[in-house]
Amino acid sequence: MAREQNEKIVSLEEFQEKIDRDEKIEPKDSMPEAYRKTLIRQIGQHAHSEVVGMLPEGNWITRAPTLRRKLSLLAKVQDEAGHGLYLYCAAETLGKSRMEMTQELLSGEAKYSSIFNYPTPTWADIGAIGWLVDGAAIMNQIPLCRCSYGPYARAMIRICKEESFHQRQGYEIMLTLARGTKAQKEMAQRALNRWWWPSVMMFGPSDADSPNTENSVKWKIKRYTNDELRQKFVDAIVPQAKKIGLTVPDKDLKWDKKRNNGQGGYAYGEINWDEFWRVVRGDGPMNNERISAKQKAWNEGSWVRAAAHAHALKKQTALHAAE
Amino acid sequence: MKSNTADMVFEGLLRIADDNLILGHRTSEWCGHAPTLEEDLALPNIALDLIGHAQTLYCLACEINSRYKNEDQLAFLRLEHEYKNLLLVEQENGDFGNTVLRLFYFSTFMKYFWERVKINCCFKKLKEFSEKAFLETSYHSRYASQWVVTLGDGTDESNLKMSNAISNLEPFLGELFNNDDFTEMCSQNDFLPEPTSIFDSWKNEVETILQKGNLNFPDIILKKRGGRKGEHSEAFGYLLSDLQYMQRAYPNSSW
Repeated sequence: MAREQNEKIVSLEEFQEKIDRDEKIEPKDSMPEAYRKTLIRQIGQHAHSEVVGMLPEGNWITRAPTLRRKLSLLAKVQDEAGHGLYLYCAAETLGKSRMEMTQELLSGEAKYSSIFNYPTPTWADIGAIGWLVDGAAIMNQIPLCRCSYGPYARAMIRICKEESFHQRQGYEIMLTLARGTKAQKEMAQRALNRWWWPSVMMFGPSDADSPNTENSVKWKIKRYTNDELRQKFVDAIVPQAKKIGLTVPDKDLKWDKKRNNGQGGYAYGEINWDEFWRVVRGDGPMNNERISAKQKAWNEGSWVRAAAHAHALKKQTALHAAE
Repeated sequence: MKSNTADMVFEGLLRIADDNLILGHRTSEWCGHAPTLEEDLALPNIALDLIGHAQTLYCLACEINSRYKNEDQLAFLRLEHEYKNLLLVEQENGDFGNTVLRLFYFSTFMKYFWERVKINCCFKKLKEFSEKAFLETSYHSRYASQWVVTLGDGTDESNLKMSNAISNLEPFLGELFNNDDFTEMCSQNDFLPEPTSIFDSWKNEVETILQKGNLNFPDIILKKRGGRKGEHSEAFGYLLSDLQYMQRAYPNSSW
């Protein structure tokens, strides 16, 4: 996509002043190359996460236990495809095409949220994903509604509304299981055990090891650091788990009145960063399966896309001939 | 409602509900695996409508037959021979072309079906539901018809794949228009239209769309049948093992 050639070039200082005045940056505005690149990377990764995230949940649509659950799950996964579309469009306004981003996803060059490299062996995993993964996503995404880049901020407003609905839906699945039979409650606990640590890791490396945070905060792409958001998440989820009688699998979890500037918060155990980096680098339980599924769908759909392209060209030619 | 009328309404609702549930199930299998992100959104959306229709119809059926306590018992806990769906809808998806062609055949049929129910149906609740069902199936038919034209007209490869899909689905079309004693009774009692009464409108529309896609209209004679009597194909057993897995593995649980 060709970028606007006649954009007014502003200095880094002028750009920062604009950000500091809380003015939104729009697609045709001048922006530092690093700001553009950071956003393309972040929005692209976000879009890929929505699209890959359809797989672990999508595989439970045909096995959902009731019609009501089946319909809710279908609606949820469909929302995720919609979020992916929105976000690719938002990223395109920065000058990178969806095709380029898709190729990077399929080649493994682009990242997506590592959480989707974990498996969903039981129905309770669908509850845990909604509750924990969408819960963590909301913590990350609500501040993005105020992100300095206009198209991203506007897309996030709608996405957050839908994610918040998904989170309630996930928690309600867990609540129902926790109040159900012994087998159901055990299924819920096992899913919480599986998803807890990967969800805590979703906020990314600790602030000390997060090279992109400083600029992102300065440019108001990010409003909170990874560790601040992680703390909010733990503080929100622990009481919810207690309420439904499930146990957060962290023996070091305890109330610490010094946290959150003396307002109190939960201290949590050591995060296994080796596991985090291993999954980011491609060695998670489902990395190969997820990318292979997307590659297979893309390759098997190539004749469909080629036909759509050829048909559109024929229609265009016929239209010109008629004029 | 008299008991023989109730039996008729129950069986009629089951036939339509099962068609919608099973095609919804097959359509939902595409989720995350479609050729474009737009289709990854459209196909689950259509599956949502189809399974939503099934849910409404099963609920109506439960109101009539107290043997079934809720819609899930009908959807998940019957034995294979108790499902009354067409063989057409239970076949595996095949490629995207085969999937959209089947959707086009079925939703175009259902569009005219619901249009007739809207005009004339002795069962008031179904008549009311037909307004919404007509609009949604009309949309499904339009969506699928656009793909049939696109793929038929697109490239030599896509035209060949669509011709293969036409041959593949051909044996199952006869059952769609097959009148039996039951459909005759439904029609005589102003409950449901006879399948044959839909054929001309359906043929007219399907032929036009296939022509636009440089495709030939299939021969429609009664070949494969049995679904309405509960005689299903091999593929259906695997479908049920997915559909019923949770309800069978964890009986008497709330979800």
